Amino acid sequence: MPNRQAMLSVCNLQRHFPMGEEIVHALRGVSFDIFPGEFVTIMGTSGSGKTTMLNILGCMDKPSVGEYILDGEHVESLSKNELAKIRNRKIGFVFQSYNLLARTTAIENVELPLLYNPTISPKERKERAMEALSLVGLSNRMSHFPNQLSGGQQQRVAIARALAGDPCLILADEATGNLDTKTSYEIMSIFQELNAKGKTIVFVTHEPDIATFSSRTLLLRDGLLQKDSYNTNIQNARLAFENTPSIEEKHLEALL
Amino acid sequence: MNLFSLARIAFKALFRNRMRTFLSVLGIVIGVAAVITMVAMGEGSKISIREKMTAMGTNAMTISPNYARRGGVQLGADESREALEEADVLALQKARYINAVSPLVSANGQAVVGNNNWPVQLSGVSSDYLKIRNYEIESGVMFDDQVDKMAKVCVIGQTIVKNLFPEGNPLGKIIRYKGIPLKVIGVLKPKGTGSFGQDQDEVILAPYKTVMRRFNATTEIRTLYVNTIEEGYAELASEEILSILKERRNWARPTEPFRVRSQEEMIEMVSSTSQILSLVLTAIAGISLFVGGIGIMNIMYVSVTERTREIGLRMALGARSRDILLQFLFESVLISLFGGIAGILFGVLASSLVQKILEWPMSISWTSILVSFGVCFITGVFFGWYPAKKASRLDPIEALRFE
Repeated sequence: MPNRQAMLSVCNLQRHFPMGEEIVHALRGVSFDIFPGEFVTIMGTSGSGKTTMLNILGCMDKPSVGEYILDGEHVESLSKNELAKIRNRKIGFVFQSYNLLARTTAIENVELPLLYNPTISPKERKERAMEALSLVGLSNRMSHFPNQLSGGQQQRVAIARALAGDPCLILADEATGNLDTKTSYEIMSIFQELNAKGKTIVFVTHEPDIATFSSRTLLLRDGLLQKDSYNTNIQNARLAFENTPSIEEKHLEALL
Repeated sequence: MNLFSLARIAFKALFRNRMRTFLSVLGIVIGVAAVITMVAMGEGSKISIREKMTAMGTNAMTISPNYARRGGVQLGADESREALEEADVLALQKARYINAVSPLVSANGQAVVGNNNWPVQLSGVSSDYLKIRNYEIESGVMFDDQVDKMAKVCVIGQTIVKNLFPEGNPLGKIIRYKGIPLKVIGVLKPKGTGSFGQDQDEVILAPYKTVMRRFNATTEIRTLYVNTIEEGYAELASEEILSILKERRNWARPTEPFRVRSQEEMIEMVSSTSQILSLVLTAIAGISLFVGGIGIMNIMYVSVTERTREIGLRMALGARSRDILLQFLFESVLISLFGGIAGILFGVLASSLVQKILEWPMSISWTSILVSFGVCFITGVFFGWYPAKKASRLDPIEALRFE
């Protein structure tokens, strides 16, 4: 792997927060590279620094010390507006609680990041949003409102939104955290399909189960990288999804 | 992000919160409608006063003796004031800036024709009086050389015709005034109500010499009416009149013997009163617009807090602070512009209702509409600025985590 150009690379990343008199060291010097086409899970318990890492990787926060290079750009030296542009062009976010705009149709939700990219014409915006929705299998739900969709469908709309801008990095934050097991597998299978198509995915989670679907796991602990391991036995999420009974089926089994 | 898509986003956000938008729009609607109506009321009454004054003759000026003052004490006694004479009339007729001169001497009494009688002031004037006061003859003639002959003739207005000659055709008939018979030789065209509410058709004009000698037994003239050659010559004419009158009297004292007042001054005086009224009304209306603006600010603050997560999301997806600022600013401006448009419509509607029901003269000016619209825009920007600024300063991480 190493001979390739890294998609993102962090070097001695530190982040300190002043908390009253004390200074909290959320990250104490973390270094790693992620290469194009990788599916990485970042794991850690609460307080391990994984949320801080996510914020920095997502260009919403800047490191106190250290370097963060994303697709050739030194993020730590960018202004607020430049960060906004990077988020818009290079990163696709998927959140735990979907964060879809209420009373706004699926297609309009997907179009949202493209609205902030003036180089995309309204026509292209529509086309790309439709394409992204069909990638997650929701072409037939285009004009549904979020409250007319199931949790899994909402998260798929959110994934489509992350894909619409054709970012180099998809950053998921506990994207299955609000979903039941079967739906989680369904969402993970979508991520695996996207990864198979060449998308680089970083998935932040605290569930070890989820990590079995990725190709590599970074384990954070107390602000340091404790473990960086490649997964030799990647589970197939599609199979897991098909083999898991739905909640209704489970109830039925219990009754029988 | 271009302005059009910003406007679309803002419009959608407003539409999603229809009820709230409607209520904050309402505040502006009331404010603007009140401003439009109040200004229309003020302007309308100003214009109608002006029209009535003009009907009286804009070029008309009056000359009357100045009461003398001594050490600030007004002396009302007859001896203290300078009298106008017939010779003054002749002298003023030659003045450059004046084309008509008429004395006005009056007698009070009852006009009697057969069984009918009517209380009316008898006005002694010269033939020029018609020109000065914009009267016109409807039938018959105006007296002319009868003035010098002290002829017992008169010209009457429509109200007099109605009350003393109910069966019509007064020409040639006799009116007895204080026992003296006056022959009706002319009837005036109707003129309507004057600027102070007086009936301008309730007049009996007689030659001034007739009134002076036969009714009042005096040679003193209290008031002279003159007409300037054109509008805008009031000041020049006034100076000329005073210098002619002073020259005739070899006047050397520092005080002015006479007071010359132009119709224009009168108009100014009356319209300044109505101007104060309309200013007060407009100020009250302006306050309600201001309160409407505060309503917008309130709503926008609530909106920013309520939509913190949305703001965080937009920022995470690539919205710059500026985009957020403009979006919220657009929302408040849209609210106030909707309010402005609806307010103008309601204001125009209310104005025409007031005109119909209260019969108050209304004049809706384009200026007030444009100004209201502009004020609305400014209100939207001004009161939307701080909430929008607050929204744009949010930190995307904090905002996304906001519950």
